[in-house]
Amino acid sequence: MSKTNVTRRGVLKSGAVAGAGVALPTIFTASSASAYTNEPTGDTVTLGFNVPQTGPYADEGADELRAFELAVEHLNGTGADNGMLETFKYADGSGTVLKGNGILGKKVQFVSGDTQTKSDAARASAKSMIEKDGAIMITGGSSSGVAVAVQALCQEAGVIFMAGLTHANDTTGKDKRANGFRHFFNSYMSGAALAPVLAKAYGGDRKAYHLTADYNWGYTTEEAIRASTEAMGWETVAAVKTPLTQTDFSSYIAPVLNSGADVLVLNHYGGNMVNSLTNAVQFGLRAAEANGKKFEIVVPLYSELMARGAGSNIAGILGSQNWDWKLENILGSRYSGTNAFVQSFGTKYGFPPSQAAHTCYVQTLLYADAVERAGSFEPCAVVAALEGFEFDGLGNGPTLYRADDHQCFKDVVVVRGKENPENEFDLVEIVEVTPVEQVTYAPDHPQFAGGALGSCNNGA
Amino acid sequence: MLGLEKKDFTLLLIVFALTMLAPFLLNPFPEGSAMAQFNAGYPDLMQRFVIFGIFAIGFNILFGLTGYLSFGHAAFLGVGSYAAVWMFKLLSMNVLPAIFLAVVMSGLFALLIGFISLRRSGIYFSILTLAFAQMMFALAYSVLTPITGGETGLQLALNDPRILGTSATATGNIPVPSLFGLEMRTTADLDLGAWGFTFNVGYYFCALVMLVAFYLSIRIFRSPFGMMLRAIKSNQQRLNYTGLNPKPYTLAAFVISGMYAGLAGALMASMDPLAGAERMFWTASGEVVLMTILGGVGTLIGPVLGAGAIKYMENIISKINSDILHTWFAFLPDGLEDFVVAMIYPFIGKGWHLTLGIIFMLVVIFLPGGLVEGGQRIARALRGRKTTDDSGKSAKTEPAE
Amino acid sequence: MDALILQILNGLDKGSAYALIALGLTLIFGTLGVVNFAHGALFMIGAFCAVTLNKILTLSHTVVDETRKNFLGQPMELQVPYVYDLFGEDMGNTIIDWSVPMAILFAIPVMVLVGVVMERGLIKYFYKRPHADQILVTFGLAIVLQEVIKYFYGANPIPTPAPSAFTGSFDFGALIGFDANTIIYPYWRLVYFAFAAMIIGAVFAFLQFTTFGMVVRAGMADRETVGLLGINIDKRFTIMFGLAAAVAGLAGVMYVPINPPNYHMGMDFLVLSFVVVVVGGMGSLPGAVLAGFLLGILESFASMKEVIDIIPGINQIIIYLVAIIILLTRPRGLMGRKGVMES
Repeated sequence: MSKTNVTRRGVLKSGAVAGAGVALPTIFTASSASAYTNEPTGDTVTLGFNVPQTGPYADEGADELRAFELAVEHLNGTGADNGMLETFKYADGSGTVLKGNGILGKKVQFVSGDTQTKSDAARASAKSMIEKDGAIMITGGSSSGVAVAVQALCQEAGVIFMAGLTHANDTTGKDKRANGFRHFFNSYMSGAALAPVLAKAYGGDRKAYHLTADYNWGYTTEEAIRASTEAMGWETVAAVKTPLTQTDFSSYIAPVLNSGADVLVLNHYGGNMVNSLTNAVQFGLRAAEANGKKFEIVVPLYSELMARGAGSNIAGILGSQNWDWKLENILGSRYSGTNAFVQSFGTKYGFPPSQAAHTCYVQTLLYADAVERAGSFEPCAVVAALEGFEFDGLGNGPTLYRADDHQCFKDVVVVRGKENPENEFDLVEIVEVTPVEQVTYAPDHPQFAGGALGSCNNGA
Repeated sequence: MLGLEKKDFTLLLIVFALTMLAPFLLNPFPEGSAMAQFNAGYPDLMQRFVIFGIFAIGFNILFGLTGYLSFGHAAFLGVGSYAAVWMFKLLSMNVLPAIFLAVVMSGLFALLIGFISLRRSGIYFSILTLAFAQMMFALAYSVLTPITGGETGLQLALNDPRILGTSATATGNIPVPSLFGLEMRTTADLDLGAWGFTFNVGYYFCALVMLVAFYLSIRIFRSPFGMMLRAIKSNQQRLNYTGLNPKPYTLAAFVISGMYAGLAGALMASMDPLAGAERMFWTASGEVVLMTILGGVGTLIGPVLGAGAIKYMENIISKINSDILHTWFAFLPDGLEDFVVAMIYPFIGKGWHLTLGIIFMLVVIFLPGGLVEGGQRIARALRGRKTTDDSGKSAKTEPAE
Repeated sequence: MDALILQILNGLDKGSAYALIALGLTLIFGTLGVVNFAHGALFMIGAFCAVTLNKILTLSHTVVDETRKNFLGQPMELQVPYVYDLFGEDMGNTIIDWSVPMAILFAIPVMVLVGVVMERGLIKYFYKRPHADQILVTFGLAIVLQEVIKYFYGANPIPTPAPSAFTGSFDFGALIGFDANTIIYPYWRLVYFAFAAMIIGAVFAFLQFTTFGMVVRAGMADRETVGLLGINIDKRFTIMFGLAAAVAGLAGVMYVPINPPNYHMGMDFLVLSFVVVVVGGMGSLPGAVLAGFLLGILESFASMKEVIDIIPGINQIIIYLVAIIILLTRPRGLMGRKGVMES
């Protein structure tokens, strides 16, 4: 925080006067001593990790926090190894400029907050980290609603927001902001990645029944999957919206078999997906036949945590993920960085990382690297450093941070639930990886229309 | 003075002093010290103290005076927030029209819901308000998404048709809420040695509004109207037998408390122009009930204290993690330190809900008059047994049925 | 037609859970006059009894298998349950498989104990306090119980499958004369419905045909007079609370295979259960059961695609709408006694 040298008497007087119309268009300091919000002046810099610590995604948030702590260790050079710092490369082949001595020589500290997976609580937590703890970058999160809300707050406050796990199109579509960046893939990419695999596995003549969670993420995912499957020749028989708070989906599942459909698409995430998938399997949909073909179920977005919650019900179900810890082992060195991260995370915590942990770790490294390259913590400089940035070696293959919408474009992993999982961390198998060219869309694609990036905000 | 008795005026002055000096009182620990964790003097939290104080004061007018327990007030908070944000989007970033529309809209909703719910009393009334609140939450989250924004919440955008304002600032950003040009988020810092204090325009605006709301509630408490409400609480049947119709009074109390909730919602949106649907979930109503009970039902200052206590715990205790615990207890021998940390750990950080639930139960069981009763008991114990027990009764809640 | 029958079946089995919880709630309200917001938490504790038994039965020791590697490239560690060592692998698997029905035996004493402790330790002091205080303290208790479970079991749902004999579904339609494969319903849900019907029948039989039950029914009608007649009603009420807790717990135990339990399931069911009790008539046991099944069926019908097409969003708010309408037009509920809480 900056220092304004004011005497006690002066403050009591001017405290009353300050409110009388002297417009101070800065957010945090009365003088222009700092050029941007929370400029780090000492020898430390504070990052804010805003993850769900209570509520239904608490376990996923805990995994994200583990990855964040690991990233901080690697940035400060205090970890047992250097994780992805060894494999992180730029487009020209040179390694990252991060040296493990903090960011721009300043030691990295962090504060954590609880989003409770509610937009209000997440914003309050982010505000507290910005105002009270002086965080210069906010990251983390496990829900698109929360991500959009916190992204808008960071834009107003003049700090950078590196999104955690958020899958809806809107985060880099309708609600995109200049200070916000998303590494995780989105609904459109899931649809584009899944459609050819579904066509190959199940044929081009299928009738799909969609059960969609009745909120923004559900809508965008349904739209994306419908658009891409209908383009391949599938027919959408019905699309029913299910309440977010629903726990027992049996009344929605019961009519599916007799509806004339032979594929059930569950546009559900988290607890919804665990329950709807369990109910669907209970009703015998996996073993059933319709229209002379075997009935299939598709879950567009997989999460390892919810796969654990659904247990054996995920066997044979196709879906997509941002990353999987087995990627390099199965598909080779294109996905270098995966094993380095898995080793590092696994040695420290005893189990492999989830895709949420991976995206959070990568976002932290990307931010630190951008600051180093820009030579400053100033948000607009970081934005300029990240826009159009191409990199490799962070587990997804060659990736581009597109300037038009601050979204990462990379290969998408299509997975299937294992029939006989060996343990609770090995529940999905990789079917194939859809190359980035097939999941790229134009910046003015209709599914992402309606918003504008705006200009970066330094805050002060 | 100002139409108040001396005791009440003193109370008002005390609250005035507390709110104006809050930046000093809430940051007692030097920055960078081990106890700096407990500093609560940053703008967002201070604003929440007074905003939820307003919410709790309004709820207290209904629950404290008439004894009707409503689980639906969070819905009015949500309505107020949505109305305020729509005003920001359509008219201007000036907070006054937004607050005005929010209070009017929440008053209308309260009139409608109150008219239907107040046909029953007791537990039926509570369940009715609960049902209404859940209905409105479901509508806001999923069904009316063009109006409410659904899960993401209602936000400002760069292409808002702000009739009396600008759509975007000169730098290409979304404008911020202001009071005739004075931005709510303007902040000044003061550093006195090792201590730092933060002064925020938005906080002082909310604090002034809270003082006005508090003054109004004192007037209501001490008016014949307030006495009628208390009569409804103590024995509604007898009131009926004397020929008075309690329905208009309870409805008026319901609408007034609904408007307070709408005001709180509008202020929340003015400080932070996003209206999320979760603020309408019934457990948010449960939170304000908690605040009122914890502070002291039926007292004047109780709800404000309760709101401050709960918000403080929510924001500060949930931030303590095991590393911080270890630094505190580092002076103990290692085995004992680990044991103590392990004992305390389930109750802080993400386990703070547990602490909240336990405190809530303890307050309801042992201290039904809340913090105010606790304070009075301590004062009596300190003063010896000089005063009789009459002073304690004024704060105790008399059962309604 | 088959769609309708399917939804009726579905409503009946959904309604079973509602009816069982509402039954316990009404028992407590009718006998003790206490509004118990912690009843959902009792349902959740019952479910976690099943989870606990499953965890106990799958307690394992680690065996290092040199021939396979784990994700870090080190020798794989396998978890071998102790029951395998004690009973052999086949028998051990059967025991683990049947852990949910076995949990019934485990849950009954646990739930009765929990109920008795709750009543003697807390609820007893709130008989004379106003309903608002009872709601608040039990609400606080519900939060505490929920958080304690979350502390020990985490926030993620824990899948606990039904015995393999009952997994899967069967052709119900064929049983009642429809074409094959038109009405397919899962086994376990029908088992749940049958189980719920049995419990409800047992409770009613207990109340109707035993002396204890007669005293309790008398106490529900007029507690003061029973006391004046010299019968110690307090002890019986404690036992009734334990019984109500056991009913809720059993509902939870058998519900576990239907939806993986998590710490929040109590709160999810609580609001709906209160709506059911109020619709059925507070203090009326047949009313609570009837209302439970009716509301379950109503919820199922409201989620049919055809209905949602006509009135969008109806599936979200139907239960609350019904509660509001009933509370306004017939506040004593479907089968409540005239004059109870009408004002």
